[in-house]
Amino acid sequence: MRGALLELEGVERRFGGLKAVDGVTVSIARGEIIGLIGPNGAGKTTLINTITGVHPATAGRIVFEGRDITRLKPHVIAGLGLARTFQIVQPFPAMTVLENVTAGALFAGGAPTMKAAQEAAMERLEFTGLAAHASKPASTLTLAQRKRLELAKSLAMKPRLLMLDEVNAGLNSSEVDDALDIIRRIAASGVTILVVEHLMKVVLSVSQRIIVLHHGQLIAEGEPKAVLSSPAVIEAYLGSRYADRIAGGAG
Amino acid sequence: MTRNVITTWIAFAVGIALCAVLPIFGGNYTLRLATTVAMYAVLAQSWNFIGGLAAYPSFATAAFFGLGAYISAVLQTKGVPLYWTWVLGGLGAALFAAFLGGAILHLRGHYFAIASLVVAEVLRELINTTPDLTGGGMGLNVPALKMSVGEQAQFFYHAMLALFAISLATAIFVHRGKSGFALQCIKQNEDAASILGVNAYAYKSLAFVLSAVFVGAAGGMYATWTRYIDPTDVFDVLLSVKPLVMVLLGGVGTLLGPVVGAFILLALEEVVWRNFLTMHAAALGVIIVALVLYLPNGLMSLVREIARRRGRA
Ligand SMILES: Nc1ncnc2c1ncn2[C@@H]1O[C@H](COP(=O)(O)OP(=O)(O)OP(=O)(O)O)[C@@H](O)[C@H]1O
Ligand SMILES: [Mg+2]
Repeated sequence: MRGALLELEGVERRFGGLKAVDGVTVSIARGEIIGLIGPNGAGKTTLINTITGVHPATAGRIVFEGRDITRLKPHVIAGLGLARTFQIVQPFPAMTVLENVTAGALFAGGAPTMKAAQEAAMERLEFTGLAAHASKPASTLTLAQRKRLELAKSLAMKPRLLMLDEVNAGLNSSEVDDALDIIRRIAASGVTILVVEHLMKVVLSVSQRIIVLHHGQLIAEGEPKAVLSSPAVIEAYLGSRYADRIAGGAG
Repeated sequence: MTRNVITTWIAFAVGIALCAVLPIFGGNYTLRLATTVAMYAVLAQSWNFIGGLAAYPSFATAAFFGLGAYISAVLQTKGVPLYWTWVLGGLGAALFAAFLGGAILHLRGHYFAIASLVVAEVLRELINTTPDLTGGGMGLNVPALKMSVGEQAQFFYHAMLALFAISLATAIFVHRGKSGFALQCIKQNEDAASILGVNAYAYKSLAFVLSAVFVGAAGGMYATWTRYIDPTDVFDVLLSVKPLVMVLLGGVGTLLGPVVGAFILLALEEVVWRNFLTMHAAALGVIIVALVLYLPNGLMSLVREIARRRGRA
């Protein structure tokens, strides 16, 4: 596929006997915003972990900008411009908010000096509305702020592909609107984004295309409305908490 | 350079100069004590790189010390110039740490601690099985220096102090630089650090090598100083435990914590040793437990806290 930024070919990740990701083949185009959905335990987080080298693929191939990254270490992959946020936020708790973001700018964002990294970090804090909290320890932030800190950290890495793992989970609806606004502004700056999300409202409002995982397998792919109404997807969600989520997403 | 940086280096120079001059007026006994403090300050400062900055609880200090002592002592018996034997003792320990790190730095927490603990035992056995080169369990005599007793006392104090100055200067650079920041990230969340592009393995290896190089050189100096080493003495597990306690005492991950801790623990020991000879090990145990329970961030944190409260009042 022309203009593909990331290509997965038959990617598999096993944990013992469990195939958490099972033969996923998909490609993400440059500048695209793609939604990744699926019921709990479908393998969404594992797929991100596999792409970023945290849990390397047990089979298959991952190609980023024409380069095979399947076996590379996480810090190398990060340096290539793949950034992700953690579903369960992972700040450096005793460091300040600014230091947290500075780390991303210094170690993956190509900032030549500590000072340059701090300046870049401050910009990201302004972008994500955290500037006022720059000198607070990360451990003192609220959940919504921590989710934004995750965003700011990954943005400081100057990503070419940004993977957002449920940055809206646990937020109230005005916080979700704020986060959505940030995601849209990131997208407008030209960064390719993979959004993992349970809230259908968010998925539908930002994604140009959606892929659906179920039991580790890719069961549907395409234009958002069409995918959500496809029989395979409805079946995957029925019996789980599809109805609840729709209600939750609207509320 | 900012003013803060200049102040640090001025304080460093003045402090070291004062330490170089003061004990000379105290006679040979004071010099011997001061040399011991300087030596343990080197060991504690070194442990702080891996144990304090990276939070990897290393018990390999004795291994590096003994290895450096033996490398240096053997080279001295072969007629290699003294300073070179110390340098090579340090570099040998550093090289060894680089390889050892490749084998055990992927372990975390107590697994790493235990793995690092057995290294000294392995080296000790190795020495025991190579009597032709190292004297084996019988120990090794090191050629004496052609100096008077008084001159020697000063010489070894200044040598050890110089080594401490180098280790402290290195610590200042590391603390302020990119590698110190990387180690701080690794300490707080290694997985998150990797995802942010931190090459955790490289920085941990660096910390581990830094925790060995000055210790190896100190071992070499110790061998020349005592003129006789044996495996039980230079691979003593207390050489791993005491620096750790000193850092806990002084302040984990701080610049001055190690030397403050070394001074206090050795002063305590001097008192305890003289008055309750048999209670020595027990006293050390009590200090460790008290520290972990009541002062997990060390005395330096207490000093800072008091300063902060004063500043507010
Ligand atoms: N480190 C691991 N070790 C063993 N099993 C794992 C590990 N990580 C994930 N799994 C398993 O892999 C499957 C997929 O989990 P994953 O977290 O990727 O799902 P998810 O789609 O992100 O779910 P959620 O919507 O709840 O976040 C689950 O069955 C999970 O228990
Ligand atoms: Mg998940």
